[in-house]
Formats: sequence, C-alpha cells, structure tokens
Amino acid sequence: MARTLITVPPSARRGEVIEIRTLIQHPMETGYRPGADGKVLARDLIRRFSCRYDDGSGSQLVFAAELYAAVAANPLISFHTVATASGTLTFTWEGDNGFMQSESVAIKVT
Amino acid sequence: MWLSLAAGLGAWVVLRPAAAQAPTEDLAAAIKTYTGGAAVREGRIRFDIAELIDNGNSVPITISVDSPMTAASHVTSIAVFNEKNPQRDVARFQLGPRAGRATVSTRIRLATTQQLVAIARLNDGSWWSQRVDVIVTLAACIED
Repeated sequence: MARTLITVPPSARRGEVIEIRTLIQHPMETGYRPGADGKVLARDLIRRFSCRYDDGSGSQLVFAAELYAAVAANPLISFHTVATASGTLTFTWEGDNGFMQSESVAIKVT
Repeated sequence: MWLSLAAGLGAWVVLRPAAAQAPTEDLAAAIKTYTGGAAVREGRIRFDIAELIDNGNSVPITISVDSPMTAASHVTSIAVFNEKNPQRDVARFQLGPRAGRATVSTRIRLATTQQLVAIARLNDGSWWSQRVDVIVTLAACIED
C-alpha cells in the first residue's frame, strides 16, 4: 500500500465549497528515463484518479483526472467540492501494473 | 566553436518571442484531437505557474476557470498540454456542478523551456484556452 495524505476539512457548513488535497506516494516512472544500467526503465504511472462523494443519496462522481508521464512523482491533486450532506469521500487511484488503491474520509456537514 | 555558440545564443534570443505566439504543429494537433476540431477561444482561464522554473521535476500549477459552476453553467473538463516534453499530454481533469469551484492544482514535470496550454470545456459546448510560456533552468528527466 502506498502512503497517502488526504486533506479534507473535518466539518463544513451545508453548501460550502471545500478544498480537497490528495497526495500519494508513487514514483510515476515515465518510461522515457534510462536507469543506472543504461536501459530505459519500464513505465509505471498512475493513470486515473477519481473522487466520489456518498452523501446518503448514493455515491456520485465529483472529480476525476487522467494523469500522464508529465505529472510529477508523488502526484498531488487539489480540487474543490460542494459539501452537500454528511457522508464519505472515496478517493481511488488506478495505474500501470494493476495499481489500485482506495481511501475513504468521512465529512461532517452541519 | 565560440562563434557557433554565440550564433546559437543569438538565434535563441531572436526565436523565443516568435515561439511564444503560435503553438507548434504537434501541440496544435494534440489540442485538435482533444477538442475534436471545435473552435477554441482564448480567455476565461487563469493559468498560475512560475515564469522562471529552477527545477523542472516538480512544478506547481493551478488552473482556474471563470465559471459559476451551477447545474446550468459549469466546466466539464480541463486539460493541460505542453510543447516539448516527450508526450504532449500533461493531465486531463473531469469536473461538474458538484465540484463547486473550477480550480485544480497539481505538480508537473517540464523537460525544457516551453509553452503550456490549458483547455477548458464548458457544458454549453464552448472551448476556452490559455497559453503560458515558461523558462526551465534544470530540466526533468535528466536527474534521477
């Protein structure tokens, strides 16, 4: 499991726009870079990121991203969402070599 | 050798402003593939990036689109393209009215001094773009 760092405000007012920041530990190997032996290192990227918000009325896609080799190692993605109701935010990263990781964070909306 | 170096530098200085105007052919082609040939207007996007970058391995960027982000009027996608990395694509973001604010930040790699383009698509079908030129002193992909 790769280490992740997710910043979500623990509580928010209903209708407030909140900022979410996510960071995941990943080399994002481009597939263009030679290693110590001179051979090109195999590509190992996170290709897709998505955030779903389950506020009790079913899980809805809030934000998604397709990442390419030009995204820096340990990809940081920051975006916003509207705090509609208390629930869970689920973050999923998918990538090369079958990489897949999901993390959930609870949010309290008043 | 010195003469050729000086000539090279001179050419670089002269060519840079010219390069800032129109995107290169393959960059334009990558954008055209993304938009499906639709007309792209300039504006509505704010592309925040340092003008002078001393380390191309991790460059913070922030893209904001001027949009109320309501169900009636919102941004559906934002894409970033570059001119001189090995691959034209940088990242593509998918948004909607649930996003609340059309502002996205990430960190990218830049191989050399070049131009970046952000493209946004609104739900009314219009496309908007913003170009930005950056100078990179230490390139990505060289350091390990």
